[in-house]
Amino acid sequence: MWYYEKKLQYPVKVSECNPMLAKFLIEQYGGADGELSAALRYLNQRYSIPDKVVGLLTDIGTEEFAHLEMIATMVYKLTKDATPEQMKAAGLGAHYSNHDKALYYENAAGTPWTAAYITAKGDPIADLYEDIAAEEKARATYQWIINLSDDPDLNDGLKFLREREIIHSLRFREAVEILIEERDRKKIF
Amino acid sequence: MAKQVPKEFYQLLREIQEVDFVLLELNLYLDTHPDDYDAIEQFNNFSQRSRELKINFEQQFGPLMGFGASYSNYPFDWGNTPWPWQV
Amino acid sequence: MSTQFKYWEPYVSPFDPCPPIRIKSYSTPPNLYMTFQPTGLAQFQTPREALHHGTLWPELFSPYPNPHKWGEQDG
Repeated sequence: MWYYEKKLQYPVKVSECNPMLAKFLIEQYGGADGELSAALRYLNQRYSIPDKVVGLLTDIGTEEFAHLEMIATMVYKLTKDATPEQMKAAGLGAHYSNHDKALYYENAAGTPWTAAYITAKGDPIADLYEDIAAEEKARATYQWIINLSDDPDLNDGLKFLREREIIHSLRFREAVEILIEERDRKKIF
Repeated sequence: MAKQVPKEFYQLLREIQEVDFVLLELNLYLDTHPDDYDAIEQFNNFSQRSRELKINFEQQFGPLMGFGASYSNYPFDWGNTPWPWQV
Repeated sequence: MSTQFKYWEPYVSPFDPCPPIRIKSYSTPPNLYMTFQPTGLAQFQTPREALHHGTLWPELFSPYPNPHKWGEQDG
């Protein structure tokens, strides 16, 4: 089971009411390489992967939910007090007509999240390589959002999230190393 | 309008976030380096520090964890604002 | 330590409609050069610094955007 802790992993700040940035950020909420996809992908893989790496998948999957909450917080703060006119000007008119200010698991183009974004091949190497690719894709997505954003406080949080993808990618590579290690050979770290 | 939290809330919360981040980083590291004795010692030291910081925070601002991992005041104060995305 | 960005020069046609970007770059963060993290890697001095950088280890920190100008060598 999981316990909820009433705090964010990293303090999120946003400088100004800017629904346009919220539209871009939704990519990391309900997009193919977003935090929801990541969390569900890793936690789901645990049931068929060798025991040695289940702890890592559990912990990274859990951290991804903390990142999902950070993204939600950013979107919430960027749109909380925006007027319908501001939402429309930001390209969120279609979102507003369907959802008002509610968050929705969709990508930046408005396509709803789908389980087709994640695979579960059942082969430990194939699954871990998918995870490594997913982390690099999420890192790239953060880069493109940072490039689009001129909000220094928001970018501070986005840089933190980008760095986390780098650490996760390294841990998944280590997990591969652990699984491909020759029998009884001493680890080389 | 619900009462806003004092400055101290942010300082104490930030300190918890810092210590808990070290713990999370060490946890992921230890998942792939289970034999690193020094890292485990650091992990246990920070775990102790995290508990102390949270006891102090919760006495002033209410429970951080749900389902009984934190104590409650009277009346039940788990649902009090601010929630993490509101602070 | 490895460089964090790599550069390349795309082909420029006289008929390209937008002003050409002569040098393009891509990110190559430090995890790519570390197959398995060694034990005892130096840590940031304080938990505050670690949280701010998003990692406990300076050697795994990757700055973004590119702190150097486009086309200028980093590292």
